[in-house]
Amino acid sequence: RDFNERCAQCSEVNWGLTDGGRFYCRSCHNVTERTREVVNTDFISNTRVQTISKGLRKQEQNDGGCEWYVCEGFQLVLKKQAEALEALGVCPQMKDEILCNFWRRYLQKSKQAYCNRPAGETVKTLSVCDSSTDVESEPERPSLLHLLSLSESEGDLQTDCSFASSTSKVSESTSVCSGSVDGSLYLMKNQKEKLRMTMPMTLSFCYMALLWLREPMTLSDLLRFVVEGHIPYLNVFKHFPEKMKLCGLDLKIFCVESWPVYEEVYNKMLELAVFLDLPRFPDITDSCFLHPDMLCMKYLMEANLPDELHNWTCRVVKKICIGEVDFLTLVPGNKSSRKVKYDVLAAAVIVVALKLLFLLDDHYEWLLSDFAEERNKNNKEGGPYFEFKKWYKVIKCSLDVEQKKLDEERAKYLWRCEKPLFYSARKKSKVLKRRQMVVNLQNQFGKLSGSLRPAEKPNPSSFQLSWSEENTDGSCFHGHSLKGILQEKCGLLTAMNPDYWLCTVRLCTEKLCGHLAHYRGVDFPQSYHFVLRLFSFLLRIQPSYIHDEVCVIEHKLFHKKLCKKRKHNPGLRK
Amino acid sequence: SSHEHKLNFKKSKEVCLSYIQDAMLQKQWKRAAEFLTFYVESLEKDFSTEYMGPSEMIWRIGTEILCHHSHSSMKEFNSFIEQMKTLGVKRYLKVCLEHAFHLLCNGLIDEAYQNLSLAESWRFGEQTVIQDKEMKLIQAYRGLLDYYSWSKQKNILLEHGHDGFEDLSVEQEMHSCFRKAAVNLKEIIKIPGVWDLFVKCYVDLLEFYGDHNEARQVLNEYAYNSKFPANPNAHVYLYQFLKRHGESKKSLISALKILHDIVPSHELMIDFNTMLQKSKKRKKRRLGLEVIFAALDYAGWKENVKAWNCLARQMKQIVISGKHLDWIKQEWNSRKDWWPAFHFSRYLAKRNWQENESLSYEKAVVAGILLGKDCKYFKYISHQGCKAQVKRFRMLKKFVNKHNPVYLRISG
Repeated sequence: RDFNERCAQCSEVNWGLTDGGRFYCRSCHNVTERTREVVNTDFISNTRVQTISKGLRKQEQNDGGCEWYVCEGFQLVLKKQAEALEALGVCPQMKDEILCNFWRRYLQKSKQAYCNRPAGETVKTLSVCDSSTDVESEPERPSLLHLLSLSESEGDLQTDCSFASSTSKVSESTSVCSGSVDGSLYLMKNQKEKLRMTMPMTLSFCYMALLWLREPMTLSDLLRFVVEGHIPYLNVFKHFPEKMKLCGLDLKIFCVESWPVYEEVYNKMLELAVFLDLPRFPDITDSCFLHPDMLCMKYLMEANLPDELHNWTCRVVKKICIGEVDFLTLVPGNKSSRKVKYDVLAAAVIVVALKLLFLLDDHYEWLLSDFAEERNKNNKEGGPYFEFKKWYKVIKCSLDVEQKKLDEERAKYLWRCEKPLFYSARKKSKVLKRRQMVVNLQNQFGKLSGSLRPAEKPNPSSFQLSWSEENTDGSCFHGHSLKGILQEKCGLLTAMNPDYWLCTVRLCTEKLCGHLAHYRGVDFPQSYHFVLRLFSFLLRIQPSYIHDEVCVIEHKLFHKKLCKKRKHNPGLRK
Repeated sequence: SSHEHKLNFKKSKEVCLSYIQDAMLQKQWKRAAEFLTFYVESLEKDFSTEYMGPSEMIWRIGTEILCHHSHSSMKEFNSFIEQMKTLGVKRYLKVCLEHAFHLLCNGLIDEAYQNLSLAESWRFGEQTVIQDKEMKLIQAYRGLLDYYSWSKQKNILLEHGHDGFEDLSVEQEMHSCFRKAAVNLKEIIKIPGVWDLFVKCYVDLLEFYGDHNEARQVLNEYAYNSKFPANPNAHVYLYQFLKRHGESKKSLISALKILHDIVPSHELMIDFNTMLQKSKKRKKRRLGLEVIFAALDYAGWKENVKAWNCLARQMKQIVISGKHLDWIKQEWNSRKDWWPAFHFSRYLAKRNWQENESLSYEKAVVAGILLGKDCKYFKYISHQGCKAQVKRFRMLKKFVNKHNPVYLRISG
C-alpha cells in the first residue's frame, strides 16, 4: 500500500501482497523480492504502535511457520488477556490505550539493546547448537544443556533435555532449538536489570492497568478468573496463530505449570511500575471500588454479615487513616510507604471489627450470642438481632461445601489442551500418540463415570457466595441488627465487649523473615481461625497474609497504648 | 483437605490420585472412573523418575475399575489393555500376562491362548533379556493351556472308544499338545518356586505316556530340593504318586514324615497314623502316636471322628498290652493342662452327644483312659450311652473301670 515503485515488468503501480508477504504486481503478477517490513498486524490491533523493524525476514518456512520473536508472543498474550477482561466488563480503554502504552513503554525500556543488534546475529547464536565444534571455539557461548538448567521453573522441563545432545547432529534449521527466533537468547542473558518478561508478569501488567483505571476488580478477583479459565493464561499458546510455531525453549517461556501466586504477581507489578518510570497512579478516593470502605461493604455482603457492621469498619478505617488518598494511591518507587493490597486490607479490617465487637476468644462471642438470643425473644418489632451462633452455623455449612467443591476442582484441574507441544520434531510423533491415548482413555472412563465431563466453565461472577433476604429460612444476615450486642453509653452505642487481644505483641521485620507476623495454627482461638479461613477462601490466599495485615492494623489502632505499656500482656483495655 | 491456594501440575495430579484411591477403597467405581479421566493427562508428562510412574498407576487403577464397574464389558477391557501394552515397554510382558489371567478368569480360554502366544513371540532388544522371568511365566501358562487342550482331547478319545480313523486327527493333535505342554512345563519347574499346578499337570502327562521314572524324579526334585521353598503340597503329590504305583510302606512313610513336620494338622495324618500303627517297628508305632496327638491339637480336628478313632484304637491297644504306657504319659504331659478344657469339657460332652454319637464314643474312650472314670466327659457320655442302652457304651464303661489304675499311673 505504501509501496510506490514501478513494477519492473509492466511499469504499473498496482501492488498486492502474497501470502508470503511479498509484493506482487496485480497487473502482470510479477513477484518481487521486497518483503513488507512488519510487525504483523495480526499481533496487535493498535496500528499506531511503534513497529519493530525486522529487516529481511522469511515469512514462510518449510512447515508453514514464520519467524517470530518472544516479545511478539507476549504481546499476543497480553492482547488476548485484555480482550478477555473486556468481555468481563472492563472498559475498552484498558485494552486500547492503557495496556498498550504500558507495553510499548516496556519494550522501549527493555529492548533498547535488542533494537541495536541486527537480526542476523541472533540467528547466528542459534546455529551453535548444530555443531559441537563451535562450542569449543567459542567457549563463552553456553551450551543448550546449560540454558535449560538456568530457568527457575520445575524440574519437569529439565529432564527432557536429552534432546539437546542429539540435536547437535541434526539438521541446521533454526527452528530446532526453539520456534521463536530469540528463544535461547531470551533465556540466556542475565535479564535482572532489564526485567525479563514471564507469564506471571503478564498478569502483573493486567493488574497494573486495572489499577491505573481504578477498575472494580481486585488482584484476588483477577487471579481467581485466571484459575477459573476466563482469562487466558494456562495453555495460552492455543491462541497463537498457526504459523507461530512453538517448540523447544519456547515451552519454558510460555508454558505454565502452576497457578499464579498472589505475592509474586503483586511484587512484580511494583517492580514493573518502577521499571517503567511511571508517575503517581490516579488517586484512590473514597468513591473508588478499591477504597476500603467500598471493599468492606462488598466483603461484608459476601460474608453474610450485617450491614450495620459497615459503620464499624468505617470507624476503624478512619481511626488509623487508611482511607486517606495518599495512603491508598500507588506511587512507584516510594520506598517509605507500605504498598497496599486492597483486598487483603479490607478483609483484615473486617476481621479487626469482628474482634472489636465479639472478641473472638472462643468464649465471649458465644456468650454474646446467647445474650442476643434472649433479647431476640422479646424483640417483636423491627429486625432480628444478630446472633453469632446462627451466623456461624450457616457460614460454616456453606464454607465447608464450597471448600470441598474447590478441593475437588483442584483435583480435576486439566493442564493439557488439545494442542500438544513438543520439544523437537523428533518428539512430535510420540507426543501426538500420547495425546491420542489420553483422549481415548478420557472417553472410555468418562463414559463409565456416569456423566459427561461438563465442558463449560462456571459463569464468571464477582461474588462467590450470595445471600438473599428473600430466603425465608432466615439464612441471610444482612438486615440483622447489632443492637443485640451493643449498649448505650452517653447517648452513643458502643460495644459491650470491653476487651481486645492482640494477635502479636511485636511485629517482625519483613526483611528478616519475609513476614510481619507468624500464623501458626495452634495458638489462636478457633473463632479467629474460622474467620480467617472464610476470607482466605474468598480471596484465595493463605490465611497468614490476612493475619499479617490484621497485625499491622492492630498495631496502628493501639499504637499509643503499645508505646506506653511495653508488657507481654496481650489483653489490653480499649 | 488443604487450604493451599497454590497449585502446580505435580501436586494437582497427586491430589487427584488420592481422590481415586479413596473412591476405590469405598468401592465407588463411578467416582473412581470420573477422577481417573482427570488423572490420565499425567501420561503427557511421564518422566517416571519415581518408582510408580503414572502409566503403571493408570494401568492398575484402570484395571480395577473395569473389573468392578457394572457397566464395563470384556470388549472395553480388552481395548483398554491393548493401549496399556503400548505405554511402557518395560512392562509389556507383565501386562500381557495379567491380561491373559483376566481372560482366563472370564472363561475366554482361546483368547487367553492367543494372547500368550502373541506375547511369546515378542522381541525387543535388551528388554527381552531383562524380562526373561515374565517370558518364562508366559511360556509356562501357555504350556498349561496346552495341557488343558491335551486333557480335553484325551477325554474325547477315551469316551468314544476306538471308532476308527476319525480319532486319528484328534490323537495327533493330542500328541502335539503334549509335546508343546511338556516342553514348557518342564522348563518352569526347574526354577525354584511354587509350581503346584504345573507340577501336577506335568506329572499327569508323564504318567499317561508311561514315563514313570521322569515323573518320580520331578516329584522328588520338587519335594526335596532345598532351593525350592518348603511346600507341603510337594510332599502330598509325591506321596500320592508313590501310592498310585504301589510303592512300599517304607517309602510312603518317609514321604509323609516331612509333611508331618511341616504341617502336623494335614488331613493325610490319618493315613499316616494308620500306617504307622500297623508297623512292626516300635519306633514307627511311637511316631504314630505322636502324629495323631499332634493332629488333634488343632481346632479343625476337634470333631473328626476318624482321628479320634485312630487315637482311641492305638491307646486301647497300648492299655491292653500294658506295654509302653510311658508313651502315653509323655504325650499327655504337655497336653494335660489344656486338653481337658479344649476337648473334654462338660459343654462339649453335651454337644458331642447330641450331634454325633460316634464322635462322643471315641472321645469318651480317650477321656476315660487319660482322665479316669470320674472325669466330667466320660461320666456324662457313658451315663447317656448306658441310659440309651447302646451296647458299646456299656462295654466301654466296663473297660475303663477295669483299667482305671492306668489312669493313675499316667497322670502321676
